[in-house]
Amino acid sequence: MNMASSVDYDDVQGPVRFGYPRMTEACYFLVKVKNASATRAWLASAPITSAEKLEQPPKAALQVAFTREGLEALGVPQNVIAGFSSEFISGMAVDENRSRRLGDTGANSPSNWQWGAANNFPHAVVMLFAEPGLLDEWKQSIKEKSWQEAFEQMDCLPTSDIGGREPFGFVDGLSQPEIDWEQTRKVPINGNEREYSNVVSLGEFLLGYPNEYGRYTDRPLLGPVDRGSSELPFAEDQPSNKDLGRNGTYLVMRQLAQDVRGFWQFLDKATNSNPEERYRLGSYMVGRVLADGSPLVPLSPLAIPGVGAARDGLTKNMFTFDSDVEGTHCPYGAHIRRANPRNADIPGAPKGLISTLIRILGFGNKNLRDDLIASTRFHRLIRRGREYGPKLTPEEALQPAPENDPERGLHFFAINSNIQRQFEFVQSAWLMGTKFDGLTEESDPLIGNRSPVAGCPCTGTFSIPQSGAVRRRIMDVPQFITVRGGAYFFLPGMSALRYLSRLGD
Amino acid sequence: MMPQGNLFVAAPLKMDRVAELRSLLASMNVDPGMANPQNPIVPFGQFGRLHFARFVILEDQSLDDIHTAYGLPRRDYPFMLAFIADFDGDADDFRAELARHAGDGLRRIFSFCEGFSPDADLARWMKRREKRAATAYVNWVGRTVQRIREDDALRRALQAYLHNNAAVFALKDSRDVHRSLRAFVEVEKAAGRIKLSEEEPTPFGWQLRKVVHLVGVPLILLALAPVLVLYLPLFIFQLRSREKSDMEIAPRPDPKHEAALAQLEDYDVTNQFSVMGGIKPGLFRRWTLSFLLWLVNYTARHVYIRGHLARVSTIHFARWVFINGKNRLVFASNYDGSLESYMEDFINKAGWGLNLVFSNGISYPTTNWLVLEGSKNEQKFKYCLRRHQLSTQVWYNAHPGLSAFDLKRSALIRDGIERDDMTDAGFRQWVALF
Repeated sequence: MNMASSVDYDDVQGPVRFGYPRMTEACYFLVKVKNASATRAWLASAPITSAEKLEQPPKAALQVAFTREGLEALGVPQNVIAGFSSEFISGMAVDENRSRRLGDTGANSPSNWQWGAANNFPHAVVMLFAEPGLLDEWKQSIKEKSWQEAFEQMDCLPTSDIGGREPFGFVDGLSQPEIDWEQTRKVPINGNEREYSNVVSLGEFLLGYPNEYGRYTDRPLLGPVDRGSSELPFAEDQPSNKDLGRNGTYLVMRQLAQDVRGFWQFLDKATNSNPEERYRLGSYMVGRVLADGSPLVPLSPLAIPGVGAARDGLTKNMFTFDSDVEGTHCPYGAHIRRANPRNADIPGAPKGLISTLIRILGFGNKNLRDDLIASTRFHRLIRRGREYGPKLTPEEALQPAPENDPERGLHFFAINSNIQRQFEFVQSAWLMGTKFDGLTEESDPLIGNRSPVAGCPCTGTFSIPQSGAVRRRIMDVPQFITVRGGAYFFLPGMSALRYLSRLGD
Repeated sequence: MMPQGNLFVAAPLKMDRVAELRSLLASMNVDPGMANPQNPIVPFGQFGRLHFARFVILEDQSLDDIHTAYGLPRRDYPFMLAFIADFDGDADDFRAELARHAGDGLRRIFSFCEGFSPDADLARWMKRREKRAATAYVNWVGRTVQRIREDDALRRALQAYLHNNAAVFALKDSRDVHRSLRAFVEVEKAAGRIKLSEEEPTPFGWQLRKVVHLVGVPLILLALAPVLVLYLPLFIFQLRSREKSDMEIAPRPDPKHEAALAQLEDYDVTNQFSVMGGIKPGLFRRWTLSFLLWLVNYTARHVYIRGHLARVSTIHFARWVFINGKNRLVFASNYDGSLESYMEDFINKAGWGLNLVFSNGISYPTTNWLVLEGSKNEQKFKYCLRRHQLSTQVWYNAHPGLSAFDLKRSALIRDGIERDDMTDAGFRQWVALF
């Protein structure tokens, strides 16, 4: 059944494969299409960066992604738009029910957003990356030609390089799934993966390839005679059709303002101004040590597939939480434990047929929480976030804010091919969930919004299990992160970009 | 131990008055689909034995499917109103209580049904329109509303006590913690601030029926075994040929339908789920489904009675009910988390079980050997379920904010406070529950 062909990196936009660590400067233009044909002309000549590995790596990169409104403005017909996922079509901010699930209520409510809500909705995000000192020049060169005619620039979101750490001061972006580019991974269609693996099917991150269920995620397909379809590759699973999604994916973008002072000052108060305790509590909330990002749980003695190739993988990612069923090393509610619980499909890694059968029937669990969460492989994200605002060390953060203290935060970027099952699931069931992994009355210590839920007015606690004693419980954790904007984008492959640029022909 | 009962009343609606009924039902809610426990029509909150209840208009979105898939004529079933409830104790008692405390409101609602006369005996009218569940599942048999409330109050009192004395407790080992909390509970009990009622006696009739069922079903299976074994090759042939030809109908659900459903979800940590669909035509599927639900019901009555149904531990109550002479099936459940996480559990934890039952329904994604594939065709499965899902007009949960895991934890806390004969490991595990 494996019809999968190898990936044409030249047809994929760079960020799916690379985080561009050397290009420490970046900015994101949020634009509206002012003139469709000028936009198409700009697209046709824009030097958009692919995922191809070059002998001479580029010193600057350009990427572009569109919202549903943007595709419409470019002239993509409605019957083609209808092939995109319903989350993408309806958008991140428009649907109250979605906002409720994502935790975008109260201070996070889209009505407070700086961009992305109904009245300030971008058509596209144009992302520029460059090595130190080169960004301004790169900006100028990109904005030449038909840019002015093509776009109405809504905003230009700056980023800052604060040394590979997020604004609170923790090392960020350590854990990434290992994409199975070569498509050697065989997913069990009816069976279970016994062990957690960091290798994830290509189809989870690129449309047009088999995903973790061994299926092709829905995406817009065109008939062979539809306008513009000659630019597009054939759909692997339906060879008579052309695939607009192939080598493209969805980009989830959220601007998260971080109250760095509020965070450290709260921790300081909660630990009676004991610096060591303060950092320890911060580490408990994150699940990693402040100093170098090491996990709080011991490293796994057995190798985890797909860990180790990346920088720091062996020391920072070779772990699961199986070694910490009591949560005494890393609290159940710690951010990294919520964001990726690192579970296999079935608890206890049963080997024999009988023991597997017992597990499948729901028996044989030794610990209270054994099978509450399973199958994290269906909920993985590639993260490509960048920080904004000036750096503030944890010590500096204890000082009261000066007047006009600039905002600090994260431009969160996630790449996934099924927004609902990947980004939205992680955000709602795991991070915002007040009942995650048997917890109650708490949400993610870093990004939770502390909104009350029915019958459960307080969601601002944070529990730290103690071995052989009563858990420590931090009360009234405030909201540290406020959503400032966000949208779902389609990050097209290069052929799809050509299709878009020729829609006017 | 007081066992749980359920009822499922379904009656055809007067089609010209459905819109009016919808607005009456909506008037009972605080949020879309979320009942106000004190609403004057059916004040659910006043029924101390009621766990969950719902009113749902059975409005099948998929009536064309039988024509699309099998070329048979579409049957236009009238819309039906279903009233579904899960409660402690006996159905007769509960019906009588309903008639006593919500008689006027229920009469008003049921007056939208065909053949309801205002002077009818309400309890009898309901009983005559009840459909017995082919399979009924209860997360924890014997856990009453009263017990849930007491356990939760106990947990909250202990949490508060731990919080107010955090510095003292931080120094105690598990056994010491238990001893102090036990002493605290004794004082609070004596002062009447904590109530831990004795378990009610198990009704003899229920016990007897359970034993007869426990033994009877295997005996019947044993008696049928020779026939079943002889029939097996034919069964496999019939199944496989149907699996190869049955059509799956799983288009993307209509965005309006999806939005209407989503509007009713995620106000509480628990959600309602109601789906219906037609059963594939012919006796083969009908009998297969009846037989399988009969077996599943056996496991729900005797095996899955303590916190989980196969690997899924987030369902509080669920039932499968045949209507319209086994031409259609309704499934209604109460589960924790979002629909997406429920579906993911369906697929990843109990996909085989979903296939076993629902693959006998028209339009379901193609299965192999009854349990394979089907739900594993993730997107089609999700579309298919969403398409068959019904808007639940009114839904009541007696214990909002408490997941099935919360109920289990509080029950374990209570069990532990009442004993002092645990091992060291037992004390440690007990203290870790907080």
